[in-house]
Amino acid sequence: MRRKPKLAVWKFASCDGCQLSLLDCEDELLALAGAVRIAHFIEASSKRLKGPYDLSIVEGSITTAADAERIREVRRVSKVLVTIGACATAGGIQALRNFRDVAEFRSIVYAKPEYIDTLATSTAIAEHVPVEFELRGCPIDKRQLLEVIGAFLNGRKPNVASHSVCVECKLKGNVCVMVAHGTPCLGPITHAGCGALCPSYARGCYGCFGPMETPNAASLGRAFLAANVSPRGLVRMLRTFNANAEAFRKESERHEG
Amino acid sequence: MENEGVVLSREGFAALLRALREDGYRLVGPTVRDGAIVYDTIGGIADLPEGWTEVQERGRYRLERRTDRALFGFAVGPESFKRSFFAPTVSLWRARRKDGSFVVLDRAAEMPRVALIGARACDLHAIAIQDRVLLEGPAVDPSYAARRRGAFVVALNCGTAGGTCFCVSMGTGPKAASGFDLALTELFDGEDHRFLVQVASPEGAAILARVPHGEAQKTDLEAAERVVQNTASQMGRSLDTTGIKELLYRNLDHPRWDDVADRCLACANCTLVCPTCFCSTVEDVTDLDGEHAERVQRWDSCFTLDHSYVHGGSVRPSTKSRYRQWLTHKLASWIDQFGTSGCVGCGRCVTWCPVGIDITEEVAAIRSTEKG
Repeated sequence: MRRKPKLAVWKFASCDGCQLSLLDCEDELLALAGAVRIAHFIEASSKRLKGPYDLSIVEGSITTAADAERIREVRRVSKVLVTIGACATAGGIQALRNFRDVAEFRSIVYAKPEYIDTLATSTAIAEHVPVEFELRGCPIDKRQLLEVIGAFLNGRKPNVASHSVCVECKLKGNVCVMVAHGTPCLGPITHAGCGALCPSYARGCYGCFGPMETPNAASLGRAFLAANVSPRGLVRMLRTFNANAEAFRKESERHEG
Repeated sequence: MENEGVVLSREGFAALLRALREDGYRLVGPTVRDGAIVYDTIGGIADLPEGWTEVQERGRYRLERRTDRALFGFAVGPESFKRSFFAPTVSLWRARRKDGSFVVLDRAAEMPRVALIGARACDLHAIAIQDRVLLEGPAVDPSYAARRRGAFVVALNCGTAGGTCFCVSMGTGPKAASGFDLALTELFDGEDHRFLVQVASPEGAAILARVPHGEAQKTDLEAAERVVQNTASQMGRSLDTTGIKELLYRNLDHPRWDDVADRCLACANCTLVCPTCFCSTVEDVTDLDGEHAERVQRWDSCFTLDHSYVHGGSVRPSTKSRYRQWLTHKLASWIDQFGTSGCVGCGRCVTWCPVGIDITEEVAAIRSTEKG
């Protein structure tokens, strides 16, 4: 029998929602526990086994100098490092700070600003250490997480398509909300993975999975403006969970001010 | 086989649909869902989009009310009948690990026969094109064959042209010429609502014999002819196909490709709504313990990077190269490959492009600004 690979789950600046997706795999959890040794997963158990780890799953972004150092240590003890979620892959909602003055935030929000030790930016893990695979989403899709883990365990490439959400809509037979209802939808420039969740309920895509493989945000932006979305509205649509992802950031900056 | 035609009343048409269901067909026809007239499984005449039509422009589709009770008073919906035969996802096979090897668990199940209700001339041409690729070529797609086999087709000669229709330019409509068992033309004479039926197969004649119908009068034939003539004169778009293959081959470096790439989202919508686009990809999936595996085929598009991925990267990394590949394949190299155009003029790629890129406009732009 093959040795069970050791799995570790790490948290950086995040809401924990993505690693909870792992615990949310109720039907598959026993199979997962059978396939790997869960060696480090504080959300699930306080028992920690020493590294090195065969597979490290990293949630969250880098927002402090201490975390910038800690991710290097995680990298050192991990054979394969997979980042999960919008925070780890793009900086998350907290990357809104990247567009503003953090010192000002600190002085307004906290009673004792001097206690707060933080970086001026929130950045993706891959900006700090090499990463084997980035799984997108806010939160990630649990079926995709199992697919990535399953692919790792079986030595194959994960089936995680990086095309637009539109492809998922068409596979499902959804009527396009943008063309048929006039609802602004980020689907054409957004990475697939959610199964076109919002358009399936007649809502425009919010871009939770970040930019797709070849996003033309400028063209979609022009279409939104032509459909009476205000420049300010366009900026707000692009600045959510993946505000710091390059394609969304650049397009939002073009319409700012 | 008669060819002169018979007439069905509205009730007779309802009886025809019932007869098809009695024979075990799953009816796929137009119905209103989510603000559009889509093709889906229908139970009978009550599910049809009675009194509805649509307004189509590039990047825009809206349902509207008609003033009559027409059952087919619209042009074409978001999707063709492609889904019925060329399924979005198909499990090709499943396997279990056994003694260092594997055993295949099952094969594709028998498909219920499908009856298409209200297939338009453009859709029928598209089915013929997909047949050529997936059924009649050197490599038969078994899933397509299983779904396509034994299908019954009730065609409908268009009484309404959409704002993005250009079947007249492509020589594919608006009158159904072949590929059907029965072809209907919807006729109104004041309150009298009936269908002229053209019978084209023994199966069509047999089922028609079981439902109440009348003999067509000369006036019915004339009225039906006027319907398609009127539709032909209402085309929302046109595409000049004169020497189109040579035109596109001569202009692979035309600056218009840069212009359209600036607008194109590479979202793949045009290819997925196209009734002839047939690209698919294959994915292998395993469960966590590696004991079970499955091979799944699903729709793909030449607008995804993976589609042209070979070792080391994509052959067509730029949106410009991918749009050019799609358009030149559809209108030019398709002719070399399969003997016909890959475009049937249904206009879906024009309507359902989120930013309204219009294939007829792109070709016209290249034609009018060709160098030398």
